[in-house]
Amino acid sequence: MISDVVVELSQWQYLISVSVHFLFVPLTIGLSLILAIMESAYVLTGRDVYRDMTQFWGKIFGINFVMGITTGLTIAFQLGMNGAFFSHYVGDVFAAPLVFSGIIVFFMELTFVGLFFFGWKTLAKGQHLIITWLVALGSNFSLLWFLVANGWMQHPVGAEFNYETMRMELGSFTEVIFNFVAQVKFIHTLAAGYTTASSFVLAISSYYLLKGRDTAFSRRSYTIAAGFGLASMFVVIILGNESSYSVGQVQEAKFAAIEAEWLTEQPPAAFTVFGYPDQQEMVTHDEIQIPALLGLVGTHSFDTPVIGLTEIMEINHKRIFRGIKAYNLLQQLREGNKDESVINGFEEVKIDLGYGLLLKRYTDKVTDATSQQIALATKDSIPQVKVIFWAFRVMVMCGGIMLLVFIIATVSSSFHQRQNNWILRLCLYSLPLPWIASESGWVVSELGRQPWIIADVLPSFLGLSLLTEWDLTVSLLGYIIFYTILLCIALSLMMKAIKLGPSSLHRHRYHFEVDDGNLP
Amino acid sequence: MIFDYEIFRLIWWAILGLVTIGFAISCGFDLGVAMLLPYLGDNENQRVIIIDIVSSTWIGSQVGLVLVVGVLFSAWPLAFSVTFSSLYFVLLLVLFAFLLRPLGIVYRRELSTLKWRQILDKVTFVGAMVATLFLGIALGNLFVGIPFHLENDMQIIYLGNIWGLLNPFGLLIGLLSVSLFIMQGAIFVQMKTEGIINKRAKKLALRFTILTLVIFALAGFLVSFMDGYHINSKVFTSGVSNPLLKTVRREPGLWLDNYGHFSKLWLIPFSTFICGYIVLILSRINRPVGAFIFSLIVTVTMLITAGCTLFPFLGPSNISLNSSLTVWDSSSSYKTLSIMFWMMVVLLPLILLYARWVYKVLCKRTLVEC
Repeated sequence: MISDVVVELSQWQYLISVSVHFLFVPLTIGLSLILAIMESAYVLTGRDVYRDMTQFWGKIFGINFVMGITTGLTIAFQLGMNGAFFSHYVGDVFAAPLVFSGIIVFFMELTFVGLFFFGWKTLAKGQHLIITWLVALGSNFSLLWFLVANGWMQHPVGAEFNYETMRMELGSFTEVIFNFVAQVKFIHTLAAGYTTASSFVLAISSYYLLKGRDTAFSRRSYTIAAGFGLASMFVVIILGNESSYSVGQVQEAKFAAIEAEWLTEQPPAAFTVFGYPDQQEMVTHDEIQIPALLGLVGTHSFDTPVIGLTEIMEINHKRIFRGIKAYNLLQQLREGNKDESVINGFEEVKIDLGYGLLLKRYTDKVTDATSQQIALATKDSIPQVKVIFWAFRVMVMCGGIMLLVFIIATVSSSFHQRQNNWILRLCLYSLPLPWIASESGWVVSELGRQPWIIADVLPSFLGLSLLTEWDLTVSLLGYIIFYTILLCIALSLMMKAIKLGPSSLHRHRYHFEVDDGNLP
Repeated sequence: MIFDYEIFRLIWWAILGLVTIGFAISCGFDLGVAMLLPYLGDNENQRVIIIDIVSSTWIGSQVGLVLVVGVLFSAWPLAFSVTFSSLYFVLLLVLFAFLLRPLGIVYRRELSTLKWRQILDKVTFVGAMVATLFLGIALGNLFVGIPFHLENDMQIIYLGNIWGLLNPFGLLIGLLSVSLFIMQGAIFVQMKTEGIINKRAKKLALRFTILTLVIFALAGFLVSFMDGYHINSKVFTSGVSNPLLKTVRREPGLWLDNYGHFSKLWLIPFSTFICGYIVLILSRINRPVGAFIFSLIVTVTMLITAGCTLFPFLGPSNISLNSSLTVWDSSSSYKTLSIMFWMMVVLLPLILLYARWVYKVLCKRTLVEC
């Protein structure tokens, strides 16, 4: 039996490393595409300012790229160091998609990133543009494996449990790759990356415009970011809606937790805009509801019910009993009893094996679990509603505000030569929104899957390595120290680059080099 | 052409070896140069020259490490989870050391004060030293055996502690890798520089080549007497990946078993010494390019020697012998191994061709100037 402290510490460690990684990844992905757009403008118009834009924002891209690779290394190591049983359990399923996207990314992105930075002088315009687009394509693909893996953990298709090896094994490569949960997630996350980068470029350009420096440079960056951001924001929202539909289809517990649906309502269910979910009493206090909206969004129909958490727990309670039976048969198989009846019996109930494993949190002998332990496991079988409920609303709210900002920015940039100061300030101060949105989206996706690390297959606590509290305390402290150093340095590098602005390119025509850097 | 499970396991064992070798020869000189920084560069100018030498290659070594982890995870998930969770603190230190690497190389030039640069150079030195030493310790512990036990439901129980991993043999292999990488780094600097730095590098190259060969000989001597592992029960090379179905015995001298069966294998460690000798000569007569190539061959033959000695073991357990992981019982499924293999066969040449084409058409001038 694994101690609660070990579970807690491991989760914090995972949380820290993934959320730090995700500070850099969306910006890297989005910026790569914005760079390609800017350079295309350079090649099409032949104006040097577009080349300078590509090079300046390319610097920021470079810092993020290095940080993304470095923090990604941590995640690769942690997979085996902290999630040993998990990596054993899924290795066979994740392997082929990993190699597939690994080969593509490796050669598209890494081969050409160097050329992007050092090839400006020696390559012809068109040639360098091709390189930039390849870097962008590779950056986008680099997310594919991550989300195929994550999508599979939400909706494990194309794989089957093998009792001889005690792990999930690949059944169909194409089913895993074309898992619709993964597809929707992939595009939703990509578009979120685009909006992050757009907001970033928009905010920094607004800062320059507010200071009245490098206006020609900044205004063009501003326009590109506003337009691209608006388009991406629409994709985020459409795919976000699609994503919640796919969640409603395959992860009823997560969907019910997002909406704090404690009881199954008469369809179509109402949407709770606001309220205080109470997990103990299983009610939401002070709720404000919009009738019928939830049923329409979640099920795309008027008469399909949205299943409530109480009913889900009742179903899970039954599945735990079948899970105990499956676990019992599995023990016999592992001990070498290859009787026809045992094998067939196991095949029949193995889909519920995961629910039996939930009991491992409370007892080592799953087959002898008391009714009290089963009740505890049932209670565990739904996620923490309050956090997910609020994280989801924070994400949607940030998305809404960002949409508004992008609309205002696009409209103002297409009608006015000089933007109003309040619009520029709005753009500048909305800089943190995309990060808040993507981190809370990540919270919804990960915590909403709890108690599972692989939905309905493997409980999270069981996937962890059996380390001691001491091991984890020391390593957690280490991560905190090292990541603080890394973050400080990355931030100071970015701040320095931003403060210098395009003058860091030494073109002798920008702010700090000539009076105001305002090109004709 | 249809391969069976056994062939695929051998192929993926070879691929794991290849990426490890790739990492060691691309990262080795890089880390070696970083470890030599305080000894080769007296003043700021010299240090800038030395750091510039590796400023374009360090990211490749970072990616090389990701590749090794990726192949281990994909083809040998059980070996990945057992070694990574059991060698927890050893690998944690390696990881932290790698996290520090961008600082000394990329961040350094952003700093204006000499004092901070000197501190960063110390960080670079310590980081490279720790990474190399502990990667070596991890490898050495594979020979000693890792104190883990696999339960009936494949939960991995680790029964040792950090101090147990710092055993004499592990430390010796750690020293070997430090010395090996410094040798590579010194020769690389000798190749890339002139004047005083070149002279210092040459002196160090000669010393560390000799040291490397001496430690390698000592390690070989110890391996032939220390406890080795052997599969006792019948070996099912195409069997299901369940390590608990076999029995393993441990006796002194068993690590030389493979060499007993195939005496031609002795050529590999033997060639290490020959190549090492050639490195000495070439470095001495100021032919650093040749010396560098031969120093890479030394690295390659050393790793092949290690692989051939361990085969078929990937991670022997010294506490629960039968839990030991071998090539025959800790791989991914047949289906996964074959899909990954054919994917590589189809995609790799295509991508290599196109990368070559792009470089040839677009970047000839860039390469010339580089």
